[in-house]
Amino acid sequence: MFGKKRVAIVGAGLTLFRRRLKETGKELSYEASKMALDAAGMELGDMQSVVMGTAPDAFDGVHMKGEYLADGAGAYRKPYTRVFVGGGTGVFTPLAGWWHVASGQFDSCLVVAEEKMSSCYPHPQFAFTTIFDPILERPLGMNLIWIFALEMHRYMHKHGIKKEDIARVSVKNKGNALDHPCAQLGAKITVEDVLNSEIMAWPVQRLDVSPTSDGASALVLVSEDVAKEVTDNPVWIDGAGWCIDSTHWTNRDLYYPDYVECAARMAYKMAGIKNPPKEIDVAEPYDPFDYKELHHMEGLLLCKKGEAAKLTAEGVTQRDGDLPINPSGGLLGVGNPIAAAGLMKVCEIFWQLRGEAGKRQIPGDPRTGLAQAWGDLMQYGSVIVLRR
Amino acid sequence: MSEVAIVGVGCVGFQPILPELSYKELMYEAAVKAYDDAGVDPRKDIDVFVTCAEDYLEGFSIFDEFVPDQLGAVLRHLFTVSGDGLLGLANAYMLIKTGHFDTVVLEAHSKASDLLTLMDVIAFALDPVLNRPLGGHPYYVAGMEMNRYLHDTCTTVEQCAQVVVKNKKNACGNPYAAYGANITLDQVLCSDMCFYPLKKLEISTPADGCVVMVLASEKVAEKLTDKPVWVKGVGWCTETPNLETRDWSKAVDTRLAAEMAYKTAKIHNPRKEIDLAEVNDLFAYKELQHMEALKLCAYGEAGKLTEEGVTARNGELPVNPSGGLLGMGYGLEASGTEKLLEVVLQLRGEAGRRQVSNVEVGLAHAWRGIPTTTGIAAVLSNVK
Amino acid sequence: MSEKIKNYRGEALKSADIKEGRVPTEKCRPKAKFAWSAGIAIGRFLEELKKAKIIASTCSKCGRIMVPPRIYCENCFKPTDGWKYVKDTGTINTYSVSYLAADATRLKEPILVAIIDLDGASEGMGIIHKLGEVDKEKIEFGMKVRAVWKPKEERVGSITDIKYFKPVKEETP
Ligand SMILES: [Zn+2]
Repeated sequence: MFGKKRVAIVGAGLTLFRRRLKETGKELSYEASKMALDAAGMELGDMQSVVMGTAPDAFDGVHMKGEYLADGAGAYRKPYTRVFVGGGTGVFTPLAGWWHVASGQFDSCLVVAEEKMSSCYPHPQFAFTTIFDPILERPLGMNLIWIFALEMHRYMHKHGIKKEDIARVSVKNKGNALDHPCAQLGAKITVEDVLNSEIMAWPVQRLDVSPTSDGASALVLVSEDVAKEVTDNPVWIDGAGWCIDSTHWTNRDLYYPDYVECAARMAYKMAGIKNPPKEIDVAEPYDPFDYKELHHMEGLLLCKKGEAAKLTAEGVTQRDGDLPINPSGGLLGVGNPIAAAGLMKVCEIFWQLRGEAGKRQIPGDPRTGLAQAWGDLMQYGSVIVLRR
Repeated sequence: MSEVAIVGVGCVGFQPILPELSYKELMYEAAVKAYDDAGVDPRKDIDVFVTCAEDYLEGFSIFDEFVPDQLGAVLRHLFTVSGDGLLGLANAYMLIKTGHFDTVVLEAHSKASDLLTLMDVIAFALDPVLNRPLGGHPYYVAGMEMNRYLHDTCTTVEQCAQVVVKNKKNACGNPYAAYGANITLDQVLCSDMCFYPLKKLEISTPADGCVVMVLASEKVAEKLTDKPVWVKGVGWCTETPNLETRDWSKAVDTRLAAEMAYKTAKIHNPRKEIDLAEVNDLFAYKELQHMEALKLCAYGEAGKLTEEGVTARNGELPVNPSGGLLGMGYGLEASGTEKLLEVVLQLRGEAGRRQVSNVEVGLAHAWRGIPTTTGIAAVLSNVK
Repeated sequence: MSEKIKNYRGEALKSADIKEGRVPTEKCRPKAKFAWSAGIAIGRFLEELKKAKIIASTCSKCGRIMVPPRIYCENCFKPTDGWKYVKDTGTINTYSVSYLAADATRLKEPILVAIIDLDGASEGMGIIHKLGEVDKEKIEFGMKVRAVWKPKEERVGSITDIKYFKPVKEETP
């Protein structure tokens, strides 16, 4: 990385994740930002730039909602950018923060992600009806869950994976979330509970799916020089990767996320990672559905294609396993305020690498971790690699 | 740190309406021109793609989904900035400055004609609890601002109207302009009063179009072209979303953005050092207010300079030789790239009938429109 | 994370709090109306659907026959250079049995949705549509299906000019 600038994370903040919170999106953005600044021992005045991540405007019900949220996110009279890559936004936002600092343009950047899904009435799913092509898809009366059902089914078919193999992910993550103070859906459940839950769009059942939520999260990013002044314990952003696949999702084989692999390779190259399963100590892949954790482990090259379910069954992905996956409890357990949930994963890796994850702390002094999110029409991957 | 240059531009439109092309096809046509201009193959040569769009303007919940194919960005590194094209430029610039990327594509477009209720959508950007329930056309916000600006600066309505006359005339020489016209001061002054003191002809009309640009690091730029246009500095700023607490007179966002851009570009005396400026003129008075915030003249002086012809194309400080948004059309999130396009063409000496002589440093400026206070400024030069 | 902070911020509400007016709310329905130009490629596609035909565009560089059609090949980034009819039959690439309507309300009778790889298009060139005249238990991966068209007078140039796809009996050679 000679001649290139390193960027450190020095503080993280998170609100509760709940189906419905009383706070507005601005208020949630403020609470998460304030907590991140306090954790870093810094003030808003120390922040030279702000980056916001938030998913469809249709949730909050405000056009240009990045502008609307600006003052809540601490952007008053500051350089401020909103980036947006669908569900991939939460992990992408700190990547944008990274280049604000790595470019040398700023010494600090406040990264904020917010989602207020409950404002969308009567159900947040209404916002998703307009993610589809208006001419070819919307006339069919598309529902968001359909497309994931189609992908999950294809994945199961291609590898001969059974529903119970996938259900274990939901059991693990909801269990992990019991130890997360902000979690919405921590629970002790069984594989049978998942298999007996209501069928939404076969093979997707109620307990395969993360909830809709309100919440916010934030990070404080600083340059190497500032990091030395404010902490003995910085966590470095060493890898940034993102990738988009074709809009024509019905022309792709959905069994494997090529775009996640492409994003991961970009991040690994930057971080100098040659053997991901060996070199990554802890990972937070995106898990809005249980099968997605498996799908993404494969795309992230953490295991071979079709092998993730086996590793899960063997307990490898438990907190005390060889490759802890979603020790936070993930979206399935902590909740899924879209952009805020993606950034929550980056917060979790930050805490894990600093040894500050409390009851969720994985054993063995982890040094390298990654978080990943996924979005758009099953076509976007965003990946961040962190090192202590 | 590498310098950053614009090495290719492509534009389709701007036209009042482009019904024969879908938004995808519109983007494709502009991208093909830009790649041809830069001499690059997007499937191999481009590290990052930046697109600038807002969901409600497009009619999608996640517009990012519908972007990669027509830009040649399938299985490549693309993302969306929910903002004006010039904010996309800021991010493209920073990406190259990290030293990790050599080539970045910037795209911004307007398919305003697809949106049947633009003003209702703009009203939907107002605070949902405090402002939106009051109802009314959202441009009343511009009326309030203009009134305060005229009051504080003693700028006259005639001076505002002169901006319209100048810009629409400039647009007559611009093949990318939708609304060029030879009109008189009286025609502007006698046009319908819409949001007192703002009149009908002082408001830019939406248009369809797309601008794509290719940016490159120093080492790649010098291989690709002998006419690079260097991005010397970019600045951007959001003041506040609140109507209740903003500065109504001075465009603070633009002033802070300009200070940031000038600092990077080492501009100490903007009036002297900048040879031409493309300034946001969504409403006629905004050109004047923005000139002042950009420190091209003193506070309250812009109207007088306009009246005296200083900002005419052959004046001492040409402002909006393209015709501005009043002449080219309001390209929504592409508004900033309309400005950028003109500055690039002028600095390359390719502005045809509009060419300003002896230009070395140009300024492109954008404002995100009602109800925002987000301004972006970029300083460009044909000298490294 | 955990040591310093005892109370994470956020005050949870129940839906009843809103329904029964215990918290103030402000309601608004956006007036956002759109009329998208279908453009050259999809415009042609819709015209052909009206004639009960499915048209693809072709790329001479990579040789792909692409549906839905487009005027540019996204792989080669060059204009497509031909049109070609494909069949209205195909195979099921993947499918779902959906109990959810578009607005997430629950359906008694599920909607059957599938990606159908069309015969005559390049491999994996699927479109999304519904299945009909089939028992949901009997749908299989790789099943051959055929489009069921609306009658001529009801076709308007829309993806719904195809009512759904139904299984075709394998013809014995
Ligand atoms: Zn091709």
